[in-house]
Amino acid sequence: MFATSDATPLELKSRIEAAIPGSSAEVTGDGHHFNAVIFAPAFAGLNRLAQHRLVYDVFGDELGGRIHALAIKTHATSEEA
Amino acid sequence: MTDESTNPMRDAIQSAIAENTVILFMKGTPEAPACGFSARTVAMLQSLGAPFAAVDILPDPRIRQELSALSNWPTIPQLFVDGELIGGCDIVTEMYESGELTQALGLEPAAPAEAPEAAPAEAPPLTIENRL
Repeated sequence: MFATSDATPLELKSRIEAAIPGSSAEVTGDGHHFNAVIFAPAFAGLNRLAQHRLVYDVFGDELGGRIHALAIKTHATSEEA
Repeated sequence: MTDESTNPMRDAIQSAIAENTVILFMKGTPEAPACGFSARTVAMLQSLGAPFAAVDILPDPRIRQELSALSNWPTIPQLFVDGELIGGCDIVTEMYESGELTQALGLEPAAPAEAPEAAPAEAPPLTIENRL
């Protein structure tokens, strides 16, 4: 559904927020290289590897292809935050 | 489908990870990184004076394919210490800035560094193994 056009920061933000419950994402990028800062209660109790894997899983094979690079910074937030 | 019991590429990657305390899978070589993320990761390791083995994943697409299948990690670079995946450039950067990387590498705690950009004044000892 997204595969025919360049990725946009807004698309990445929407997809992350839709896939990770309660998350909020700030995404910047030029269509190929992106930077995402993500806050999510789902990250609590997970180590960094597991947190980043949750985000990578949103995009699967698109990483390295359509989404050339995605730099990630994750922050756990409490549910009420 | 590949039979897991006869996968020489995966076996070679597993042995390389097992045999090298610190090993970086990267695009290009430490002398000539082919990607900014790989370059930054090399610069951080070098600035801590950490000896590391490096594998260039670019010559054969199967290296990356098998590595990612093994590590369950989709991007390059990937840093392994004592057989365990530490992470990619983002995680290594966070750990570098917090001082955790020094600890993870088993190095003497040094003064916290801030700028991984600059090349070290003196080249640290490097063990480069490009055997895949």
